[in-house]
Order: sequence, then structure tokens, then C-alpha cells
Amino acid sequence: MGQIKLLQGNEACAEGALYAGCTFFGGYPITPSTEVAEFMARRLPQIGGAFLQMEDEIAAMASVIGGSLAGCKALTATSGPGFSLKQENMGFAMLTEIPCVIVNVMRGGPSTGVPTGPGQSDIMQCKWGTHGDHPVICLTPGYVQEIFSETVRAFNLAEKYRTPVIVAFDEIIGHMREKIEIPDKGVIEIVDRKRPTCSPADYMPFDESKGDVPPVADFFSGYRQHITGLNHASDGFPVNASPRIHTDELRLMRKVESNKKDIIRYEEYLLEDAEVAVFAYGVSGRSGKNAVEQARAAGIKAGLFRPLTIWPFPEEQVAALASRVRAIVVPELSLGQIILEVERCAKGKCKVDGIYRVDGDPITPTQILDKIKEVK
Amino acid sequence: MSFNYDQYIRGGKLPHIWCPGCTYGIVFKSLLRAVDFLKIPKDDIALVSGIGCASRLPGYIDWNTLHTTHGRALPFATGLKMARPDKKVMVVSGDGDATAIGGNHFIHACRRNIDITVIVLNNFIYGMTGGQHSPTTPIGHIATTMPYGNVDPNFNIPDLAKGAGASWVGRGTAYHVPALDKLIIEAMQHKGLSVLEIINACPTTHGRRNKFKSATDQLLWMKDTALPITAFDKLPPEKTAGKFPTGVLYKKEAPEYCETYYGMVERLKKPKEGRA
Repeated sequence: MGQIKLLQGNEACAEGALYAGCTFFGGYPITPSTEVAEFMARRLPQIGGAFLQMEDEIAAMASVIGGSLAGCKALTATSGPGFSLKQENMGFAMLTEIPCVIVNVMRGGPSTGVPTGPGQSDIMQCKWGTHGDHPVICLTPGYVQEIFSETVRAFNLAEKYRTPVIVAFDEIIGHMREKIEIPDKGVIEIVDRKRPTCSPADYMPFDESKGDVPPVADFFSGYRQHITGLNHASDGFPVNASPRIHTDELRLMRKVESNKKDIIRYEEYLLEDAEVAVFAYGVSGRSGKNAVEQARAAGIKAGLFRPLTIWPFPEEQVAALASRVRAIVVPELSLGQIILEVERCAKGKCKVDGIYRVDGDPITPTQILDKIKEVK
Repeated sequence: MSFNYDQYIRGGKLPHIWCPGCTYGIVFKSLLRAVDFLKIPKDDIALVSGIGCASRLPGYIDWNTLHTTHGRALPFATGLKMARPDKKVMVVSGDGDATAIGGNHFIHACRRNIDITVIVLNNFIYGMTGGQHSPTTPIGHIATTMPYGNVDPNFNIPDLAKGAGASWVGRGTAYHVPALDKLIIEAMQHKGLSVLEIINACPTTHGRRNKFKSATDQLLWMKDTALPITAFDKLPPEKTAGKFPTGVLYKKEAPEYCETYYGMVERLKKPKEGRA
């Protein structure tokens, strides 16, 4: 039996990181994610880990990559403008395949926007924020308990696939307090990155012959290596113009694309016989669940699809859903971002209708229920 | 017996990318001699860089090397050092990388006084992108983005480092090589954040546009313009105009960041003194 606690989402995120074995945090104060840093500032020194409040968001992301290269599981947390600032170094970690976890507690935007209100308008930035093609894993928990478990999963996926993983939730669940259970050690499996076993002389950090996820060596472990943000060959050294660049980029994408079954997680609620589906994540998913229950009480066959993995997008699941419901309702705290993906996957097989809101308040179950009645 | 550079250079990675007449090769060799003198095992040292000509140096050296994003070498290095405070971490940067795009990281690394050796290769120009003015391009000098002569005021890198809190600050040149070896050794021996500015020459994008007929002329300019700090300090201001001091310009005793942080960690292990 684990520990029962009353925790804020941000605190549950930090607890999840510690459970996963995180020993390094680099951050910068920003609303509404600051409590993650504050929690880590209290706990990491107690367990001998490294906590750094850096001079800016860019430096925070850089320090996390440095910490990970030295062998630590490393975390940063941010929001809004801070997430924008981290993008370049996130791209560095994607290309150089350095495991780490980036938490984005979403607020309104653009610019300073609504720092104290919830948002879901960074969701495309999570996928496309840094320049160039790159793989992205982004998890979207909706409950405090899930923030804990999905943060653990984020570390596991980062380690397993040697890539940064984003955990994106909104201000409301970041600051909401709920009862959660922190399981005893060992209840949730913890994954550690595959490290090389070959002789240092034979080690190549990006050796595709070792599979799509080549082993990663820690700095100072005897496996001397060169890591660069330039496109590189198997040995890590820059290549300028070569088919290698293309094939290596494809391998990066494949790490995620060919492992979707392992990465994609979602909740289906009352969908078996549903005629109208609500597709929603985060706080909008909570409203969606309530709306679906109200619709059922009113005799409408409604159900909820709630993605816990938003990137890679659950394409097959949404396509299958679209072929068996009359309509999909997409409530989101943006002016219409994730609906584009739902429409893309639905391929016109059902009606797709959005509910958008960016005024700093959540979408209410009533708003969703009204839309369900409209499209049924 | 001549020095065996091959023991530190990665096989097959030369020739380097630097232009003929570039002085970075001189610094490269000086750095290898210094580390050899200090007997630091290859596995125990990391060299981190950002973007620019100077930032390509780590790729040639058989250590743990990390070529990061523009201006950000120091926070990457800070992460490495905090995770492994027992290891030696160095940064090599250029004038634009360290003091323009990386200026914020530079001053905060100095303030923190974390045990990292920072070598700034100042060639007064953005060389890799073809000769745009940097925070150290002399006033009046021609750059591709200052075609009528530079009007953008300068940073003095050692003054900046000292003002920001670095506990060891020095300056050498690519001309005064035996002195440079000693400066790199001392910078690396210092516990805390050390900044060594090394005056370099970029004949391709700076020198030839600014009345230096050859790379040699730029080295001779260093010879004529540098004054050891001991001599510099004794001269009246009118005699030092246009000259720059070299050597160990400043040092102080100050708490090193990792020692302070992990000292706190040790304190927390004692239940009565630690905070819950």
C-alpha cells in the first residue's frame, strides 16, 4: 500500500519525477509551473540530487541536457513564454537523442497572455515548436493522479527511446488538489537508458546498426564521445551533405513512429455504442466526461475519447472512432488546434465540431452538452 | 623531444576547418600542452562549446566533448559540472558566442563562481558567418554589418568577467605562446570560475578588411600592443593608450558553487540540522 496524499498537480508531477529516479532539475520561475521547481528545490538536496535555478529558461533547458549527459535523469518545468524559449535547446536534445523530461503547465497566450489561467494552445507548439523535423512524445494527463503516473511514464519513455518527452497539462490541474496514491517503490516499472557494453574504442553514440535506439554513454564514463547539434554520422562527428543525414533523420522519426503501440495511451469512456464522441484531454477531458454522463442521463448515446498521449497522435484510434460515430466534438482551450488533427484522421467520415475558449476559464460540461445535442 | 600532440587529437578528424592564417590552431596546441602538464586523464575532462569557429575546437580533441547551441555552452557545462562536480569542465567560446548571444549566461556563470574554466577566443569578429561586427570589434573597424566603420561600443571581456564575479580573470594572446601555456595552466588550476580571454586574429573576415596586409601583421599587432599587467600598471595612462594588459589580471578567493551546494546536501544528511 503506497502513500495517500493530498497534492497539487504540480507537486504530483515533481513526486512522479522523483519516483522515476530524477536526480537533476534545472528551471526558472514562471507561473503556473513554479511549484514544480519549488518542490524539487526542497527534495533534491535531501536526496543528494542537483537543483539549479538558472538565469533564464534557455539556460535551464541547457543545464538539463548537461545533467542528462552526465548520467542523471533530468527534469525542467515551464509555462507559456518559457516553453517558447526552451525550443531551440529542446531541438538540440531531439537531434542528439538525450533523454530528458520537459513539463509545460499550459497557460493562455500568445506572449504573456493569461499567466494565471489555463490554456491548451501550446499543443501544436509541443509538436512543431523547434525548427526542423523531429520526433515528439507529448503526454497529456487530466487528473492529479495521472500527472504523477504520466510523469513517471514520461521518464520511462525518454529513457527507453532516448529522446526528450514533454508532459503538457493546464493551469487548472496543475494547481488543483486531489487525493493521490504514491505507490511503493517497484510497483511501477522504472526504465533506465540502455548504456553501452562494448569496449570504449568500439563505441559510436549514433550507431544505427545497434537498432533505432543506440545505447547512450554517460560523459566521464570512459566512453569518450563527441556530441554536436550538427547533423552527424554514427560516430557523432558532423557530416555536411550526405545520404546519411536523410537516413538518420528517418531513424529519429522511426523511433517514435514504429513504437506508437507502446507510446500511445488513452481512455475510452462509454464509447462502445456511442453515436457522438467527445475528443478531449486535460481539463477539457474532465468537462467532457461530465458532459457525456449528462448526455447519457438524457438518453443520448455519447462517449469520451481522452488521449493521454497527444503526440504521436492516436491516428488509428481516431480514424476508427470516426467510422463508427456520427460526430466528434472537440472542446479545447485554444481557437482550434488539436481539432485539425482530429479532422485529418476522421477524413470526412463523420462530422467534427469544435468548442473553443481562450478567456482563462475552462469549457464547462454544459457547453459540451449543448454541442452534443446540436450535432447528435 | 617534441610534444606528442597526436595522443590528444582524434584520429581522422584533421584537417581542421580554420582558415589559413587563423590563430586558433596556436591556441589549440597550447591547450593540449597545458592539459598534458596538468596530467588530467582524458576521461575526466569535458570540453563544451557553443557555435562559431572557436566552437569547433572540441571536435578535434579526444575528451568528452559537447558542441551545443549558440551562446549556451556555459549552461550546458553548468549541468555537467553540477551532475559530476568531481570532473574537470571547460568551455571554449568566441567573442560573439560568449558575450553577445551568450552574455547572460556568461555573467551568471561568473556570479555563481562554479568551477569551470572558460576560454574566450576573441578575434574581434563573427568569423564563421563572414565578418559581422561583434561586441569586441574595435570602433571604426569595417565589418560586413558595419560597412562604414563600427559605431557599436565594446565589451572589455576581462572587466566584464571581473565585474560579474569571476574569481580568476586573465588575458593572453596567440602571439605570446609560452606565456599562454602558463595562463591556461593557471586558469585550469584555479578553483572557481576562471575566464581567460585569448586575443586572436581572423585575417579572412577581419584583418584584410582593416588594413592588416597579412595574418602576420595581426600577430605583430599583438606583439606591439600587449603589455604584461605588471608593466601596464606602472605606466601613466597616456603611455598605455591603445595598449592592452596581459597576464593574470585579477583573482580572489570565493566560495565555489558546487562545494557550497553539496556542502548544503551534506548538512541536510544530519537530521537535526537539516530542514524537513
